[in-house]
Amino acid sequence: MSTYITKRLIYMAVILLAASLLIFCLYALTPGDFISGNIKLTPERKAELREIYGLNKPLLERYATWMNNAFHGNFGYSLAQQRPVLTLFNDYIWNSFLLAAVSTFLTWFIAVVVGVVSAYKQYSWFDTLVLLLIFAAMSLPSFFIGLFLIKVLAVDFKWLPPGGMLTTGSNATGMAYIKEVIHHMALPVIVMTILGVGSLTRYFRTNMIEVIKQDYIRTARAKGLKEGKVLYRHALRNALLPAITLVGFELPALFGGSLIIEKIFNWPGIGQLYMSSFSVRDYPLLMGFTMLIAILTVIGTLISDLLYHLADPRVRLH
Amino acid sequence: MTLMEPHTARAAESQKSETRYKKPSLWKQALRHLLRNKLAVSGFIVVAFMFLACFIGPLFSPYADNKINMSIMNKPPSWQHWLGTDKLGRDVLTRVLQAGRISLTVGLASMALSVFLGTLLGALAGYYRGIVDQIIMRIADLLLTIPGLPLLFISGALLSEWKVPTDYRMYIVMLMLSLVNWPGLARMIRGQLLSLREQEFMHAAVVLGLRDRRKLLHHLLPNLVPLIIVMATLNIGGAILSESVLSFFGLGVMPPTPTWGNMIDAANNMIDFQQRPWLWIPPGLSIFATVIAINLFGDGLRDVLDPKLKR
Amino acid sequence: MSALLKIEGLSTHFITEEGRIKAVDEVSLRILQGETVCIVGESGCGKSVTAMSVMGLLQGGLGVAIDGRITFQDTDLLSLNKAEIRAIRGHEIAMIFQEPMSSLNPVLTIGEQLIEPMMEHLKLNKKVARERATALIEQVGISRSKQIMNSYPHELSGGMLQRIMIAMAISCGPKLLIADEPTTALDVTIQAQILDMLRQIKEESGMAILLITHDLGVVAEMADYVVVMYAGKIVEEGEVTKLFEDPKHPYTQGLLRSKPVLGQRQEELFSIPGQVPNLLELQPYCYFHDRCEHCMAICRTQEPELGVVGHQQKAACWLYGEVAHHG
Repeated sequence: MSTYITKRLIYMAVILLAASLLIFCLYALTPGDFISGNIKLTPERKAELREIYGLNKPLLERYATWMNNAFHGNFGYSLAQQRPVLTLFNDYIWNSFLLAAVSTFLTWFIAVVVGVVSAYKQYSWFDTLVLLLIFAAMSLPSFFIGLFLIKVLAVDFKWLPPGGMLTTGSNATGMAYIKEVIHHMALPVIVMTILGVGSLTRYFRTNMIEVIKQDYIRTARAKGLKEGKVLYRHALRNALLPAITLVGFELPALFGGSLIIEKIFNWPGIGQLYMSSFSVRDYPLLMGFTMLIAILTVIGTLISDLLYHLADPRVRLH
Repeated sequence: MTLMEPHTARAAESQKSETRYKKPSLWKQALRHLLRNKLAVSGFIVVAFMFLACFIGPLFSPYADNKINMSIMNKPPSWQHWLGTDKLGRDVLTRVLQAGRISLTVGLASMALSVFLGTLLGALAGYYRGIVDQIIMRIADLLLTIPGLPLLFISGALLSEWKVPTDYRMYIVMLMLSLVNWPGLARMIRGQLLSLREQEFMHAAVVLGLRDRRKLLHHLLPNLVPLIIVMATLNIGGAILSESVLSFFGLGVMPPTPTWGNMIDAANNMIDFQQRPWLWIPPGLSIFATVIAINLFGDGLRDVLDPKLKR
Repeated sequence: MSALLKIEGLSTHFITEEGRIKAVDEVSLRILQGETVCIVGESGCGKSVTAMSVMGLLQGGLGVAIDGRITFQDTDLLSLNKAEIRAIRGHEIAMIFQEPMSSLNPVLTIGEQLIEPMMEHLKLNKKVARERATALIEQVGISRSKQIMNSYPHELSGGMLQRIMIAMAISCGPKLLIADEPTTALDVTIQAQILDMLRQIKEESGMAILLITHDLGVVAEMADYVVVMYAGKIVEEGEVTKLFEDPKHPYTQGLLRSKPVLGQRQEELFSIPGQVPNLLELQPYCYFHDRCEHCMAICRTQEPELGVVGHQQKAACWLYGEVAHHG
């Protein structure tokens, strides 16, 4: 097991190194940067700034500097906001996490319950309806459903605020503050849940259908166990087990924010930070963000693997 | 001591019966099963309708020339303009259908390209294994590590900076989508190939001393066809969605070439968003209807072609 | 002696898109207390479906139609509601299956699975149930019972798992044990051990066994009474020695002839020509006629009924048509 982990860790490091090079090159190759895009600056001033930020150095040297700093926990300095990238991440990431955590929880909860029930009642009208809704949820363009719900629920009916985290100019504190945030969260959380719940429900439904057919479910019934026990003790555990591998894959979504949703709902998260930095070509921040997601993806995959090995008694020994 | 099932007798019998009447081919059987799946059939009908409407519909529209007519700009739906007009006085319904042409073409073409790349690279990796496999799959791993959306955004920005003419952007968007999509497909094809290799009939092919190319072309690839068809179908929906996101954010196909995604861009204008929903809701619903129909059809295909794949 | 289980006119049909599959059709049999009855037949002849119908494991399934009477100790099992049949299942009638490897839940320990029926039916608490489970594991001939309690199924061999299944089945002291091909998936040496153990348990506890098998060796070893099934129907039944000595139905004769005998090497092993009819295309005449070497005109037009053909022996065959009418 420990040699396995060592191997995985080495491979992880190699992949991340390659990813960093690719990400760096992509952004570095993109013509135009924060300085050239700024029309207020004189050519002399631009050259001076380039010198300061090291933008006139050869590509590889710049990469080496970037990586060296990254190893020391320094992901650079945001040109647009004049603050360290990591500090900015720290400011915004928790807003993203709040949104993602609530919607991930809702998504999993709904998916497990609906998936199990519809698998158990396979071919019933309920199951067919669930299948249709699953496909609908999987086929929604994220930005469109966001806009559509804002239009209907916020603009037309005025039930929920259209965006942001707080009402503009609000300085609520304590409970009032929490209430206001929840009020603003509702719409983005609903949209994110709708977008995620389709494929996950389908996953649990398929797993459960597969498990119900197994011999050991027949054994459990032959023992005279109550149907609830057969379902929740014998079937559900086996159906949930493979889902453990998905937990790790949720990691980038939990901390990486959602570019589209946060942009549409004007939610002050890391995804929106990326989108606004994108239009001004704030490269240190953009690279830092992309690298952050890559790191989260790799760690998430590792966690998934390890969890799978821990959870399944059949592979636990190896 | 054991009473064996009369395998040999049964095999002989089935051979006899085969000469008596020809069993319907596997493809015909699959088609019959598919026709029984109501959701898949309705999916197919909707997709077919969308294609016909988008590719033939504009021919019957009196507004297909997109003449700018300021006197009728931003009019709500009426008998003359079923879905109203936009800020240049163009008929929205006609625009939606014309946009559908582009969106469907981008979806189809980028699917074809990513399926081609994915199958080729996945098959090479799975068949030759060793160093070829290592190189291809490590590249795939790398691409899967880097988040897709930022990758697409950067590429979209590159296009804008390089001042790619808007006419060509459409083709480059297809290319971009395929580059992001192939690793997942390649992984799947490779996995399937590796498991096929281990099966009895491949051992037989090895024992018979067949050549590499023959083994790959005549024995392995035909077994991958159902998987490829299913993946291809489901991939179109994904490609249409990705294209719409890119174009919505102004990084994909750009106006004046209309696509469903960049038409929804109207929603970025506060007044259009709040007061002129006919500008951006129809293209959104078109994406939704097309993608759900493709997915329902693809899922039906998966059921009949490759039940093992069900996920 | 009174019958423990009486099956009368049991028909279990599956209604599919292709048509009605008569998996079990008009089957009647009875099992006395402490008796071992074997159902023999090729795969697909309806022997497992009969067992599943008795256990009530098919009822309520999609497209399942069950008809007839199954009387167990004066209760009609088919008229019971779900809770009532569940109270009998695993308690008074227990069952073991063909594939011990897949019949136990891979994510629960042996102990957790063993104590379940005792907690459910005997209302034992966990501690007592675990003590009993440990004793049961030893009773079925596995040492290190404490360690086994905490093992997962994949850590044990097929033979051991089948012993565990038996331990689980007998844990509530059932009156009837249904064993569906209990040794088919096991090595020959293990098969003998498992059969020996079943016989021993039966002698100690006095329970009856309904053994389902396609293996005539197992039948010879275990059965008191044999029922031969073909295409969902009983074609012959009788006391084991009689049936082996003097099989009446051509199908039974074929089965016995296709069994290789030690020390007698034949030029070619006998096999019954043809194949089992498709259950969807059954015609109202003898299902065996096209494979039968004694086929007569009437076999192609009329269905034979099960009739007495000898001392405690019955067969459904037109060869004994006259006898059947007198019986």
